[in-house]
Amino acid sequence: MKARSEIRFLLNGTPVALGNARPDETLLDYLRLRQRLTGTKEGCAEGDCGACTVLVGRLRKGELVYESVNACIRFLGSLDACHVVTVEHLKRADGSLHPVQQAMVDYHGSQCGFCTPGFVMSLYALWMREPQPTERAVEKALQGNLCRCTGYEPIVRAALAASTYGNAMSDPLATERAAVIAALNQMKDGARVEIGSAQDRLLIPANVDDFAAILEAEPKATIVAGATDVGLWVTKFMREIAPVVFIGGLDELRDIGEENGAIHIGAGVSYSDAFALLAKRIPPLGALIDRIGGEQVRNMGTIGGNIANGSPIGDTPPPLIALGATLTLRKGNTRRRIPLEDFFVDYGKQDRAPGEFVEAVHVPVPDAASRFAVWKISKRRDEDITAVLGAFDLRIADGRVEAARIAYGGMAATPKRAKSVEKALVGKPWTQETVEAALSAYERDFQPISDMRASADYRMMAAKNLLRRFYVESTGGSANLSRYEAA
Amino acid sequence: MTRHETLDPGKVRITGGVASDQKHDSAHKHVSGEAVYIDDMAEPAGTLHACLGLAEVAHGTITSMDLSKVRAAPGVVTVLTADDIPGENDISPTGLHDEPILASDRVQFFGQPVFAVIAETRDAARRACRLAKIDYAEEPALIDIADAGADARLVTAPLRLERGDSAAAIDAAPHSIKGQMRVGGQDHFYLEGQIAFAMPGEDGDVTVFSSTQHPSEVQHMVAHALGVSSHAVTIEVRRMGGGFGGKETQANLFAVISAIAAKKLNRPVKLRPDRDDDMTATGKRHDFLIDYEVGFDDDGGILGVDFTYAARCGYAADLSGPVTDRALFHCDNAYFYPAARAVSRPLYTNTVSNTAFRGFGGPQGMVGAERIIDEVAFALGKDPLEIRKKNLYGTDDRNVTPYHQTVEDNVAERVIAELEASADYAARRREIAAFNARSPVIKRGLALTPVKFGISFTATHFNQAGALVHVYTDGSVHLNHGGTEMGQGLYTKVAQVVAEEFQIDIDQVKITATTTGKVPNTSATAASSGSDLNGMAAQDAARQIKTRLIDFASEAHDVPKDQVVFLPDRVRIGNREIPFADLIREAYMARIQLSAAGFYKTPKIHWDRDKGQGRPFYYFAYGAACAEVSIDTLTGEYLVERVDILHETGRSLNRAIDIGQIEGGFIQGMGWLTTEELVWDGKGRLRTHAPSTYKIPLASDRPKVFNVALADWAENAEPTVHRSKAVGEPPFMLAMCVLHALSDAVASVADHKVCPRLDAPATPERVLMAVEWVRAEGAR
Repeated sequence: MKARSEIRFLLNGTPVALGNARPDETLLDYLRLRQRLTGTKEGCAEGDCGACTVLVGRLRKGELVYESVNACIRFLGSLDACHVVTVEHLKRADGSLHPVQQAMVDYHGSQCGFCTPGFVMSLYALWMREPQPTERAVEKALQGNLCRCTGYEPIVRAALAASTYGNAMSDPLATERAAVIAALNQMKDGARVEIGSAQDRLLIPANVDDFAAILEAEPKATIVAGATDVGLWVTKFMREIAPVVFIGGLDELRDIGEENGAIHIGAGVSYSDAFALLAKRIPPLGALIDRIGGEQVRNMGTIGGNIANGSPIGDTPPPLIALGATLTLRKGNTRRRIPLEDFFVDYGKQDRAPGEFVEAVHVPVPDAASRFAVWKISKRRDEDITAVLGAFDLRIADGRVEAARIAYGGMAATPKRAKSVEKALVGKPWTQETVEAALSAYERDFQPISDMRASADYRMMAAKNLLRRFYVESTGGSANLSRYEAA
Repeated sequence: MTRHETLDPGKVRITGGVASDQKHDSAHKHVSGEAVYIDDMAEPAGTLHACLGLAEVAHGTITSMDLSKVRAAPGVVTVLTADDIPGENDISPTGLHDEPILASDRVQFFGQPVFAVIAETRDAARRACRLAKIDYAEEPALIDIADAGADARLVTAPLRLERGDSAAAIDAAPHSIKGQMRVGGQDHFYLEGQIAFAMPGEDGDVTVFSSTQHPSEVQHMVAHALGVSSHAVTIEVRRMGGGFGGKETQANLFAVISAIAAKKLNRPVKLRPDRDDDMTATGKRHDFLIDYEVGFDDDGGILGVDFTYAARCGYAADLSGPVTDRALFHCDNAYFYPAARAVSRPLYTNTVSNTAFRGFGGPQGMVGAERIIDEVAFALGKDPLEIRKKNLYGTDDRNVTPYHQTVEDNVAERVIAELEASADYAARRREIAAFNARSPVIKRGLALTPVKFGISFTATHFNQAGALVHVYTDGSVHLNHGGTEMGQGLYTKVAQVVAEEFQIDIDQVKITATTTGKVPNTSATAASSGSDLNGMAAQDAARQIKTRLIDFASEAHDVPKDQVVFLPDRVRIGNREIPFADLIREAYMARIQLSAAGFYKTPKIHWDRDKGQGRPFYYFAYGAACAEVSIDTLTGEYLVERVDILHETGRSLNRAIDIGQIEGGFIQGMGWLTTEELVWDGKGRLRTHAPSTYKIPLASDRPKVFNVALADWAENAEPTVHRSKAVGEPPFMLAMCVLHALSDAVASVADHKVCPRLDAPATPERVLMAVEWVRAEGAR
């Protein structure tokens, strides 16, 4: 197996080889402190404000894709064989502004200007893949960018007008595509990368087998895929995380596909990569993914990581539990498959042995006989952490509930099934009376807490009312607000 | 003279004069990342970085402080405590000496700065900070104002406004209602956090680059803390990445610490707290508990009101006196009260000292007025808009405020009438009723609310400004003034005013960083006053130079003064025209002074706080907004469907900038009243200290339909700069219509028979709880 002791990436127009990258060094600090590229700003250092947005181009099955990411929580170790594009790269050689930038100027899209480079980069990513976006697409692309001055109106206007300023095909990232692909392919040499010594090591496995071997040898290593959680361990808590194994570049973990009635999602598949198939085959999951983080977080964060970190309010586990998903866990060359709900043992405790990792999650596609829904409630609709999330998979035949799997997030120390509620429904006629009678079972399943996101009373009330919403919708009523007209 | 051959004698208008939609002067630098904020400045060799050590109890005395591990940590150069402050350990802006830079023995809020680490890197300073061991003897802490007793301590003297006998009026009224309203605070969430970068100079000198709205105050604070004269301290700020009031006094701490360290070590020192420390250790908008009582007649005419505005001020006064004063000044919003009494209770709490925030107490005052309107409307079964219109100030009578100022420029009635028509209020009111009748879960609501906001600093002496204008021999102009640029477009507007005076294109006017070395003794850029004050001061400076030029040209060319006329890019002298730059060169050769310091003070205003009487405001700004929302009565979630705004900024200096202020102010106000919730736990620790937990609006929270218009007929009744009006704060309060539309939707679950008394912020949780409460009350 080949090995090297430096990471390599393209920074704007320049190839970079770093033999001294620290395992917890963020891209933002690298840009601002080492490169003095100060157009990229720090607003929050937790991936919530978007002032640090840059683009990262990577090869996905030979194709070059550029995605907006938060540089503040992106580690250098996850940039091997990538193209990092910062706001400094946008101006043309003659000094003129890029169409997205000029539109922002002309539509008065900046006031204090501090968030502006981040907005420009998010809009640039959108412009490349969708030069004439809908307003909905603009809002989605900007879910991870906070502006405190403009109220967003002029920024959205600028985004909608950007296509009239120039053609995406004439953009340098489009015209220089072949050269960038060639350069990245050359960097992607299949070698294991190892930098630093002993407790300060940064490791990039050559492939999944290499990852399994590394983890067996280093069971205490921190595994980093999207870094949307681990990033905060460093920026907010200053935790020592080395040795760190970066797995975001392992193509074998980034496969998603459907086989035998189930969708198989590799542990490295990002929310953005999972979106198209999930939205098509299990539409409520697509709608849910649209409300996880901002675009930058969805481009980085993985469903595998959302499961593996064991958060009680992780957004994907409850619906996946309701759907009866299973996990493949791997240690060395040994694999085992368990129901997802059994993975969550207690707060902060999962059924994962030392040296073991989540390799894939398998999600059965609900058949026509079942009715599936998932709803997230948060203080702010988009880019917020869940207060309560309820997922329902009910099979109703001849007016009776044949089977029910209901799971919640935010209601207990782990994502958890509402087994008493399920029991109160199964076998009963699917009527308002049955639903009302089942509500009293919630107290047996859950004793939620009060915190800054919601009170215990609200959590309980809203959790119950989601069952009522499910009933109303199952009988043809409308009980869900949508900002957008149904597609 | 070939240099000026581009002269176009037919040119009818300069570019970038007043009333043009000139773009923000830095827009092209914002979008390219080239605009330099303080953290982007090149760091001189030897630059050090500071981090603040914060208290971890809400109230107590420090019994021991072991900083040995902090000092021994890698990269640490020194650690500062209260003992290291050469001058006075105080940064209280009002001179009450109640706000230490670093706590010495007593800690009064969770997050209060206790020490500062200075290290080779920012990372090293942050890591070292966590190694401190401080023990406290904890004392009982008052966190929430709802827990304050009748004899609770105040941080500053309360204000009382009284006109007529409100108790008698309420007693005699056919109807009266008493109630209480809670309205939350708000974090500024400027995207650029607090930052200061100090460069030591010779003797006692220091220059501090500070992200501040108030360079002169920072200068004074640094001087006092260092024990030097003000002349030794220079404060400079080119731009802030947002301020909103959060950098009016709150920048002082960071500037002072960096300056002390820089002078002690003779090295440049930068202090940029991370977002969590910034939100924990700096003040916010005051949350209020408003007790109200209103007496009214059968038609909904208000006869008397009685308000008590209690505010969480935190552990020190800061600006809480004027903030709570302004709350009382706006307890009327746009309504005439025949008899009124309003008192403030600026309460001491063991929380961070609250401070200025866009509106400065005005918004909290106004929500009390609007709650009263709702109460009256629900009691009588009328549309709240009818009650609003009925109680508006009159023009010739019914026009005296609770602070005895006569409202002379009232246009509220016209603004409301035009908005009511353009927003199609009546038809939509009927459509919504029909929708609600057929929709059991989703309910819609509609509300139209006005704003009348008083313009001027209520501390009369702050209403002054200075400017400095140089004309160079090539005809280009250097402009400086005391106002600061935080994104609001002040620099652009003032440059427009100067370009207009000289009749030169705006690119001939160089906008320069605000510095205490050029214009001294300035007021904060606050109270929406930036363009009013600095625009007039700059105009004065330009006019002084123009007067000299006219005198010179008249004499040199032997024409009457009135025949020297400034035309676009040129000057007509008698019957010939010459380029502006040629006149400047001639004037220079004739030894005419081409530089001037301008000055302005607002006329007419006066205020006697003890009597609660005077004319604190030069004029009022008016607007109105109408919101339609949908709520989900199962979860309390909601959407803002449509908002229509009509606002007046007099004769606008720059419509594009003004509309930007209106849109942005509205959304910020909507955040305050909806999703932005500050939560302190029982220990007094702020739990919402980063954007992951504190939720300001996103692009997808904008109203689905958002119509914003300026009243094109408006002009200031007072001779302000080009008859324009201030625009920074007034639009913030237009967002009250969203709270009231939510309330209207909630009320529909009991046929509008119960006033929902929806408090703010109206999170989904509060909306659902209000739905439940209204249903229960309606069933009784």
